Amino acid sequence: MNHPLTREQQLDLYYYMQLNRQLEDRMVRLFRQNKIVGGLYSSLGQEAISVGTAYALEKRDWLAPMIRNIGALLVKGFKPRDIFTQHMAKYTSPTLGKDGTSHFGDLKICHTVSPISMLGDLIPVMTGVAMAGRYLGQKIVTLTWIGDGGSSTGAFHEGLVFAAQQRAALVLVLENNQWAYSTPVSRQAPVKDLAERARGYGIQSQIVDGNDVLAVYDTTKGAVEEARAGRGPVLIEMKTMRMKGHAQHDPAEYVPKEMFEYWKARDPLTLYEEYLTENKIWDAKTKSEIDARIERELDVEQKFAEESPLPPPELAAQGVYCEGGCHNITADWQRPKKELTPPNCSVQAAWQVEGYGDLDKAAGVAKQAAVSAAVGNGSKSSKPGGKPPVKVAARPPAKASVKTEDASPAAPRVPFGRGPKDKAFRRASQDKAGRR
Amino acid sequence: MAPVTMLEGIRQAIFEEMDRDPAVVALGEDIGVYGGAFKVTEGLLAKFGPERVIDAPIAETAIVGAACGMSYLGLRPVVEMQFIDFIACCFNQVTNFVAKSHYRWGAPVPMVLRGPSGGGVHGGPFHSANPEMYFVHTPGLKVVYPSTAHDAKGLLKSAIRDNNPVLFFEHKFLYRRIKEELPQGEFTEPLGKAAVRREGRHLTIISYAAMMYRALEAAGELAKEGIEAEVIDLRTLLPLDRETIINSVKKTNKLLIVHEDTRTGGIAGEIAALVCEGAFEDLDGPIARVTALDTPTPYSPPLEEYFLPNASKIVAAARELARY
Repeated sequence: MNHPLTREQQLDLYYYMQLNRQLEDRMVRLFRQNKIVGGLYSSLGQEAISVGTAYALEKRDWLAPMIRNIGALLVKGFKPRDIFTQHMAKYTSPTLGKDGTSHFGDLKICHTVSPISMLGDLIPVMTGVAMAGRYLGQKIVTLTWIGDGGSSTGAFHEGLVFAAQQRAALVLVLENNQWAYSTPVSRQAPVKDLAERARGYGIQSQIVDGNDVLAVYDTTKGAVEEARAGRGPVLIEMKTMRMKGHAQHDPAEYVPKEMFEYWKARDPLTLYEEYLTENKIWDAKTKSEIDARIERELDVEQKFAEESPLPPPELAAQGVYCEGGCHNITADWQRPKKELTPPNCSVQAAWQVEGYGDLDKAAGVAKQAAVSAAVGNGSKSSKPGGKPPVKVAARPPAKASVKTEDASPAAPRVPFGRGPKDKAFRRASQDKAGRR
Repeated sequence: MAPVTMLEGIRQAIFEEMDRDPAVVALGEDIGVYGGAFKVTEGLLAKFGPERVIDAPIAETAIVGAACGMSYLGLRPVVEMQFIDFIACCFNQVTNFVAKSHYRWGAPVPMVLRGPSGGGVHGGPFHSANPEMYFVHTPGLKVVYPSTAHDAKGLLKSAIRDNNPVLFFEHKFLYRRIKEELPQGEFTEPLGKAAVRREGRHLTIISYAAMMYRALEAAGELAKEGIEAEVIDLRTLLPLDRETIINSVKKTNKLLIVHEDTRTGGIAGEIAALVCEGAFEDLDGPIARVTALDTPTPYSPPLEEYFLPNASKIVAAARELARY
């Protein structure tokens, strides 16, 4: 047992994986009792990825979960009640019932960005979080996940292009669970390892057994360090298996039985329990203590959620805009603002292009264009050096192309029947009639 | 102070806000070294450096997504769409990620998405769009569409300081065609307030952006015939300034709405409904509208001219309305 994680930390990993599994187990029961309002997505068999990756982050780091990353939310500091209440659409949920599942976040303490259902979108967003972190001098790393299916999206591509160009401190975990809803990964892309794509973006990549929590942790930790050191984004493909259907409604009959059996023998929790036992990190007593603690905690949390009220209906109309001082938006500056204000931030605005794109020299070498960062040369350099703006002559007013039958202002009024003029007219005619 | 163009007003707003607050950063395609396709950001990189003026790859989804992420850490990104038509490429980020963020999980997105819009410059189907209504129909966004250099500057400054995502449409026909003297020193214009550009008593013409000038032109023509039209410039489309609209209709009892956007689903329909709800008893005539045709913006000059509203079309519609 030479793992750099302490015994307590290794038991922590077990605690979170088991908490993840038991929590979802309870939610399946709640779903069957009709207490879950919407869909329920299982991460059974993928707990090592959620827990192992999130555990490799520091408190200051940011993550954005996907639908099957409840374990990561628990590691990052959210409580099981947050998950229960979200799924049960309760007023006590982090979104007050406005959104469900893992669609919630926290900007201040847990540094977690809420996902949306559209896949891939988190990659550019977390790139931006990493860029802002660097800008503010926070030295943070951001981490998000994408599925094998989601890696087909345009947002995945654009996000990685931009992250790579920015050398953003982003770790992207490609959770290859073999199935995009009902479609096997082999029918989505003719590549053996989706991690191969990283090469096209000019970023580092790794492939790891996603059911081995320590391997997941170690690889992520390494990637986080690379990213934090400013060496750009890292893509880690983690091979795993979605052990249930896309969601509760889906019995996943399209998955070959043997495939389930193959992966069942590689259950991440069972594997890790064996590791802990074989390496004498725990004994039966420790395990039952942790398990009992999880039961106790989940009892309390579930009870809280079940007893929580649904939101008041009129809440639906509130909170579309940030107004009336609901948020005080401030940035946490960890570097002197002076570095980012003129004249200190001023530069000579010109590209320094290395190489001219010729075939010989370009082969195999990534050419980088960089803006010269000649710091402190004063704002005088900001004088536009380009041509004066081109003057565009206004076109003469366009000719009329609509004909009207009778455009004479002298034409008689057409009564409309509602407004003051017509009311006056009506009154006048009534008076007339009365007089008659 | 010499009069400046609308483009210069926008440029000044960005420079001043970036000077005022280091949390303001700019992102976009070719905005740095090149200074932007229309040169709105000319000189910005030299002054504020590559950390604050970010030349992005051609990836609108990535640009808007990243800006959203930056705003979560308290920055105030100002994103340029090279042409506003390309906002379609990041529609999902804008309408699903950005617009719903505060409502769903209480995360404000103080971000401005600005870009050249509108027709009349023979840009064809993909460089002339007025896609404002997609976004007016999206709760969580604010939509601004100014018509003067003064408003462009004052409203953009307010948009940058606003805690919500603001879409800022810059009519490219107006970029360099209008000029005005701007007040010296600091000023802003509030979002959500329309302006009465010309007082009148016979009918109200509501418009915005480039069509505001066609409406004024038409009002001048109508005045010669004794029809005094009141011209309202919406300036902000979301939220709409209901009060100014209703007050004017109560005064003139007739309403004509003019927009360069296509007819079906244009803001004229929304304003008509709003007036029916709030001032139906004050109407002396049917609510009329002059809009672009329900077609893509055609390229060839005679086609585009036929497609767009103009002063004559407005005058004709106003005369009709005045008969009631």
